[in-house]
Amino acid sequence: MTSATSTAPLNASWHWNLDPSADGVILRLSGSWRMQNDLPAASEVEHGLGAVSTGRRLRFDAREVTAWDSGFLVFILNVLDAAKTLGFTVDRGGLPEGVRKLLDLAAAVPERDTKRGGAPDPFVTRLGKSSLSVLAGARAMITFLGEATVALAHAAVGRARFRRVDLMLNIQEAGASALGIVSLISFLIGLILAFVGAIQLRQFGAQIYIADLVAIGMAREMGAMMAAIIMAGRTGAAYAAQLGTMRVNEEIDALSTMGISPFEFLVLPRMLGLILMMPLLTIYANLVGILGGAVVGVGMLKVGLIPYWNHTLNAVTLADFAAGLIKSVIFGVLIAIAGCMRGMQSGRSSAAVGLAATSAVVTGIVFIIVSDAILTVVYDAIGF
Amino acid sequence: MTPSASSGEAEPRIRVVGLTMAYGDFVIQHDLTFDVTRGEVFIIMGGSGCGKSTLLRHLIGLIRPSKGEVFFDGASFWGADDERRQLMLRRFGVLYQSGALWSSMTLAENVGLPLGEFTDLSPSQIREIASLKLSLVGLGGFEDFYPSEISGGMQKRAGLARAMALDPDILFLDEPSAGLDPVSSRLLDDLILQLRDSLKCTVVVVTHELASIFTIADDSVYLDAETRTMLVQGNPRTLLAESKNPKIHAFLTRGGQESERAPAGNRSGVLPGGTA
Repeated sequence: MTSATSTAPLNASWHWNLDPSADGVILRLSGSWRMQNDLPAASEVEHGLGAVSTGRRLRFDAREVTAWDSGFLVFILNVLDAAKTLGFTVDRGGLPEGVRKLLDLAAAVPERDTKRGGAPDPFVTRLGKSSLSVLAGARAMITFLGEATVALAHAAVGRARFRRVDLMLNIQEAGASALGIVSLISFLIGLILAFVGAIQLRQFGAQIYIADLVAIGMAREMGAMMAAIIMAGRTGAAYAAQLGTMRVNEEIDALSTMGISPFEFLVLPRMLGLILMMPLLTIYANLVGILGGAVVGVGMLKVGLIPYWNHTLNAVTLADFAAGLIKSVIFGVLIAIAGCMRGMQSGRSSAAVGLAATSAVVTGIVFIIVSDAILTVVYDAIGF
Repeated sequence: MTPSASSGEAEPRIRVVGLTMAYGDFVIQHDLTFDVTRGEVFIIMGGSGCGKSTLLRHLIGLIRPSKGEVFFDGASFWGADDERRQLMLRRFGVLYQSGALWSSMTLAENVGLPLGEFTDLSPSQIREIASLKLSLVGLGGFEDFYPSEISGGMQKRAGLARAMALDPDILFLDEPSAGLDPVSSRLLDDLILQLRDSLKCTVVVVTHELASIFTIADDSVYLDAETRTMLVQGNPRTLLAESKNPKIHAFLTRGGQESERAPAGNRSGVLPGGTA
């Protein structure tokens, strides 16, 4: 005769033990079986069942169970599973009525083979899948570029369908509303450029060249770049989130089925707004950045205001400004494409909209830096 | 009337032939074949997740079928060139599940946008028509509200007003009564019937609300989630009375509870067993 019992500490609220009977065993349960009571694992009972020698019949006696919840159900389910594999016939009669009903309910609909949660795909399969998804992404990007080109061409000949109000709103959103943050960032960037340069230039007594450094640095590079990065985070993400939400709400479908191209109606005013505003923001950023440099030059390095002014005027040519402006237009196009593309491609859930916004910013910044690198090399090659 | 026009009259409004819907390799429904007669309310019904809304998205040209064809008045939709397809689309009105109102526009602008795009009406005329359509769905006076400022039921009705903006030949409604209280849902049903009778509109409705199905349906098709195809086409009342298919019977009786008819049978308050 064998019998097993719970190995729980004495202060445990629950207790079980296996009592041998004439043709098998009785699992006696007592006490409070709630999840927070640190319930036992069914494997302990399984060990006990495995050692039973009197017969293959399992009964329950739960008359002394004072309280139970889902934790008890899981325990019982596992015990039943174990009993089944060990070849026991089970009599559930001794279980509380509520437990029996819930067990029946859980077993009423057989578990479906949903092909989820199985073993992960082997490495080669995963590699293949991700290559395919990269290809699909590239394809989607090219499709989007094609549609964008067609829509811009329509707009150029004045045949595009969108509301002027939307364009104006987007111009305001991408232009005037961005002035505050662009001011702050470009002022600080001018300040930083001047500081970094000052430390080096002071060694040669050439502090006055701070003016040249800041002016050329802002005009050719930093003005356009900082404005672009701000706009990627601010407007690109907003575009992706807006369009993604419209996708979730079926607003984009509503346009399509009405025979209105969502591309012209939604994407075009956004792209135009941003592309028109980027050069203006860049000019503004250049000026504020030069002002920031002047604060360091005049305030800290004691370069006179007039000499600083003259040096700045001499240093920057129109070509330097043009170089920055051309970049800014290209950045504007790329940010708008990244934002709108991710928005239009967004999935139909709130999580997908979040992903779209994140991915719009990442794509936008990658586009900006890569195109900046290419443009710098091209400028150098053509001596611009 | 020209001969071609009269032969067009004989064609069903919508004819679906051998339509198979699939995402990649995953087939949602296969080999759907049915006709929608003009001027009737046609219900697409079936359990949750069987592909009702996906079928609707195929019918309104948002998704290209992986096999099969959809004909409108005898003209193939996917066989047509882009321009003809756009013209066909313009004869549809669609009410989406969520209403899908354009959130940056007022209700009047929402309803008026298609009018402004596709007609030569002046802004004041457009405004008048938009007001009229909004009054038809009981939203007179809400012209200058934004979608976020009105309730879900009102958004749905505004979506219906927008779907009706261009006086469409076919109205597609995706779960119109989902999320509405019983009374609003009933009012919407009445509205659908009135549209059918007064505007001679063909109405295609995706729904699984039994009360609504029995109130408005002239004809219906039942999509089955397990066999992934349609089981039957017909008037739901006739199906309930005559169909031997246990699945359809279960669907139309809420799983065999006969709840549709229970109140009548139990009017005396005596339970079937006579134990009361």
